[in-house]
Amino acid sequence: MANIRLVDLRHSYAAAPRNDSDYALKRMTIDWADGGAYALLGPSGCGKTTLLNIISGLVTPSEGKVLFDERDVTPLSPEQRNIAQVFQFPVIYDTMTVYDNLAFPLRNRGVPEPTVDMRVREIAAMLDLDAMLPKRASGLTADGKQKISLGRGLVRSDVNVIMFDEPLTVIDPHLKWILRSKLKELHQQVGATMIYVTHDQTEALTFADQVVVMHDGAIVQIGTPVDLFERPQHTFVGHFIGSPGMNLLPCTIENGVAHFAGIAIETRSRPKIPVGASKFEIGVRPEFVRFSDDGIPVRIAKVSDAGRFHIVETKHGETAINLLLAESSALPADEARIRLDPAHTQVYADGWAVT
Amino acid sequence: MRFRWLIPAVYIFFLMLPIYWLLNMSFKTTNEILGGFTLWPNNFTLENYITIFTDPTWYNGYINSIIYVVMNTVISVSVALPAAYAFSRYRFLGDKHLFFWLLTNRMAPPAVFALPFFQLYSAVGLFDTHIAVALAHCLFNIPLAVWILEGFMSGVPKELDETAYVDGYSFWRFFFKIFIPTITAGIGVACFFCFMFSWVELLLAKTLTSVAAKPIAATMTRTASTSGYELGLLAAAGALTILPGAVVIWFVRNYIAKGFALGRV
Amino acid sequence: MSRKTHNQRAWIFVLPVVVLVAFNAVIPLMTVVNFSVQETFGDNMFFWEGVTWFQQTLASERFHASLLRQLLFTFIILAIEIPLGVAIALAMPRRGPWVSVCLVLMALPLLIPWNVVGAIWNIFALPEIGFLGNLLNGMGFDYNYTQQPLAAWFTVVLMDVWHWTSLVVLLAYAGLIAIPDAYYQAAKIDGARFWAVFRYIELPKMKRVLTIAVLLRFMDSFMIYTEPFVLTGGGPGNATTFLSIDLVKIALGQFDLGPAAAMSLIYFLIILLLSWIFYTLMMRNEEQ
Repeated sequence: MANIRLVDLRHSYAAAPRNDSDYALKRMTIDWADGGAYALLGPSGCGKTTLLNIISGLVTPSEGKVLFDERDVTPLSPEQRNIAQVFQFPVIYDTMTVYDNLAFPLRNRGVPEPTVDMRVREIAAMLDLDAMLPKRASGLTADGKQKISLGRGLVRSDVNVIMFDEPLTVIDPHLKWILRSKLKELHQQVGATMIYVTHDQTEALTFADQVVVMHDGAIVQIGTPVDLFERPQHTFVGHFIGSPGMNLLPCTIENGVAHFAGIAIETRSRPKIPVGASKFEIGVRPEFVRFSDDGIPVRIAKVSDAGRFHIVETKHGETAINLLLAESSALPADEARIRLDPAHTQVYADGWAVT
Repeated sequence: MRFRWLIPAVYIFFLMLPIYWLLNMSFKTTNEILGGFTLWPNNFTLENYITIFTDPTWYNGYINSIIYVVMNTVISVSVALPAAYAFSRYRFLGDKHLFFWLLTNRMAPPAVFALPFFQLYSAVGLFDTHIAVALAHCLFNIPLAVWILEGFMSGVPKELDETAYVDGYSFWRFFFKIFIPTITAGIGVACFFCFMFSWVELLLAKTLTSVAAKPIAATMTRTASTSGYELGLLAAAGALTILPGAVVIWFVRNYIAKGFALGRV
Repeated sequence: MSRKTHNQRAWIFVLPVVVLVAFNAVIPLMTVVNFSVQETFGDNMFFWEGVTWFQQTLASERFHASLLRQLLFTFIILAIEIPLGVAIALAMPRRGPWVSVCLVLMALPLLIPWNVVGAIWNIFALPEIGFLGNLLNGMGFDYNYTQQPLAAWFTVVLMDVWHWTSLVVLLAYAGLIAIPDAYYQAAKIDGARFWAVFRYIELPKMKRVLTIAVLLRFMDSFMIYTEPFVLTGGGPGNATTFLSIDLVKIALGQFDLGPAAAMSLIYFLIILLLSWIFYTLMMRNEEQ
């Protein structure tokens, strides 16, 4: 168990990086509290796997330090760091039984056989693998194999952190949910720090207490699922999380008040405009837009059924504004007006929220 | 582990040493070779190479070899293509036995077949022709080509075939326009192996030819026995036989490892 | 393996292959069978002999000696080439510009005509003027492969290692690069050392290509003819007379067609039988 700190971290796969875009990971400093359940969320290629591999020691960062409980582990190998990792595709030792697979990390470290046996049986019980122990690991299904990979991490009682690199990619949809709840349950049981990398917002939001959203090699926001939903710090977060994502309306700032299409829009707070900002947007989630008698005039472009509510796509000029409408409510005529809930409306300057 | 590269380096050094020695000798005069041990040619000469390129009995040997090797490669791969397709896509009466029987021919020692081949090809009037050698080498090259191509074709999903039929392609149009282009890597690997095994085999090639289609390798053995011990000439001829192989490897270098990996037992 | 449809017309596709291979395999094989049960004194006069030649060959000490030499040779080169090839493949770089260089240089001996391989080693190992012969004699060994059986064996084995180890390297290497990086990373995290990585990851993943390697090397070394024939001519004495060399001596040298044909069939059957046994053992092991 350890508190993990990444200090002034930066990484490039290029031998001699010149400008910022050569860096797969932009400069960052971040803390991971002991025993937390974290998710690293972002689209493919945003650098989340690189960040994970830096923590596990598979990749050595170009700059910066990795601290476990204030101890510098940057030059240490994955084995010396005492971490566990579950990969996208199940990694198992084909020729061994399930039992030997689980015992492998302990035996490599010279743990006495009675202790090995005790730990293996304990973990197997936790993962519902007891019945499989004497079987050849290669005969198991994909979810069984992923459980073995996870078990090889859990079997060591002293791991600092367990990391998951999109572990549910090859799992059947109906088993994903079961395995995810199992993970959550295990986290409460063993209390180890867990970091879960995914590009799937549902997986991230259901697993984690804290979600770290990454975009283009940088961390754009760290927060609870509720934070990310209600107070996105960056337009990317608003857009990436939620379905459909946040509406973004180009705006101008006049006398400290945001204006869209000449209409003054009331926002959460009066924006303090940073010097040199050039692009301004109003962000509001479809959940907080509703039809009203006054407000922004729009025409209704498309309505799609999403179960208990409708997603209504409206347009003001070229700007699309989505809103959610309860199934029971009636749709206004073609000429409609909408209002944005001020408590959930935010101004963004060059992509970042201004308060 | 820092000196791991030493292992392949030493191995390659060991591989190159005899080849260097061959080249070394090919640039020496016979007198210098027999005169004593020298690590490099003291009287550098191109005489041996000039002899080979000006004497028709020498250079015809190269032409003969290349003709039958190319013929064999073309025949083997073109008949193996439809057969490999059938093995990878269809189930038919006796398919498994047929496949196994084909592979057993890879296990037939050429020495066993040398004499019967001589009689067979004499009987059909093909003795001392390029096509005779090309056909004889089919014995081991066709099974190999079928084996390699079948491995590659099984890696192509069957949905590709079905989509093409749905789109209204006739079988042969699909086969030539769509299927063959998707497995060019496999065809390249199969050609490489056919070329290689036909190029290096000598026993059958020598048995089936006398003058008109005599392969270079056989010309060498004859020279060695009739004109005494012309080591320099022999070395130059040997060095020249390495060239075509080297050129072919260079072209397929990126496929070699892959081709091996896809072969199935 | 995806589903296959039943289609008897597939026979049309395989027909050219069957015709060509049958022409080259079945007719000569029939000729051999024909010879093996008859006696001839030339002029196309044949007399029925039944299984006499088979009995004679199986009882012949000369055949036993050749077979024994053959088995010993095959065993030695397998014992050297397979582990050596695997070790070299393990030490090879996995990516970067050196990969192509290694592959091309290593594949070179495989594409040299077999009699040229014999010729190269002939002049390389000559006691006075060859590099190897000169080196060994200079180091104080009394080495002359045309006179000493042991030196001849050493040279033939070294030549085969030179000629064919690369095939094992290429196959093993192909098996190695097919292993996803995640396996090595997981092994690192699990604290596996070099030996454990080899034993539990690399070796199991290489098993299929190694089966091919052993089979190919077994078959080809069992059929070896040209290289030792050019190098030593089977000598000194009969020291390096392997089965194929002996067969050609009997068939073409002495023109004893009956015994040669009987020996051919026995020889072919031994290869088939040993390959089949080996293959079945490997596959049974796989299923367990």
